[in-house]
Amino acid sequence: MDITIVFKIAAVGILVSVLNQVLVRSGREEQAMLTTLAGLIVVLFWIIQYISDLFKTVQTLFQL
Amino acid sequence: MEISQIVIIGLISVILALMLDKHNPEWSMYIRIAGGMLIFFIIIQKLEPVLEIVKKMSEKIDVDFVYIAIVFKVLGISYISEFGAQLCKDAGESSIASKIEFAGKVMIITVSAPVMLALINIISEIIP
Repeated sequence: MDITIVFKIAAVGILVSVLNQVLVRSGREEQAMLTTLAGLIVVLFWIIQYISDLFKTVQTLFQL
Repeated sequence: MEISQIVIIGLISVILALMLDKHNPEWSMYIRIAGGMLIFFIIIQKLEPVLEIVKKMSEKIDVDFVYIAIVFKVLGISYISEFGAQLCKDAGESSIASKIEFAGKVMIITVSAPVMLALINIISEIIP
């Protein structure tokens, strides 16, 4: 639970946007959209896991 | 000191969010969520003793613990709905944010109903 999460997400974001630009320039718009979608879903799984940890912590803390 | 750590994390996530915002804004939304959660997890260690202090104080002035538990519940609900609503507002979706806030208010009212009933009972006893 430290800063590396933010760096990981930023790295995946930059990678996907660069890949997107390369694929679009080389004429393959579909693959570009698919790679962006794949990157989004991967990071979504990480974020969902962290958000569930956050909400569990709040529930145990405030006896919700 | 935690406060400097928190400020640094906030600044780093803002910079990364801005950097990613140009090409595709959904990534900056992810960075905002991650940064917000990170700061919360750092401050959570400080919040537990504060809640213990509030509990001890309430025992000293012999307030029934049920009311303090309701106060904590309201705190938790308002924190989570605030967290979601602000994120939606940052992304520009103020309509969804207002829905979340409205739902949070309704939840708070349902949780704090017994306190209101107790208050009304006391008042009705005082005024014959």
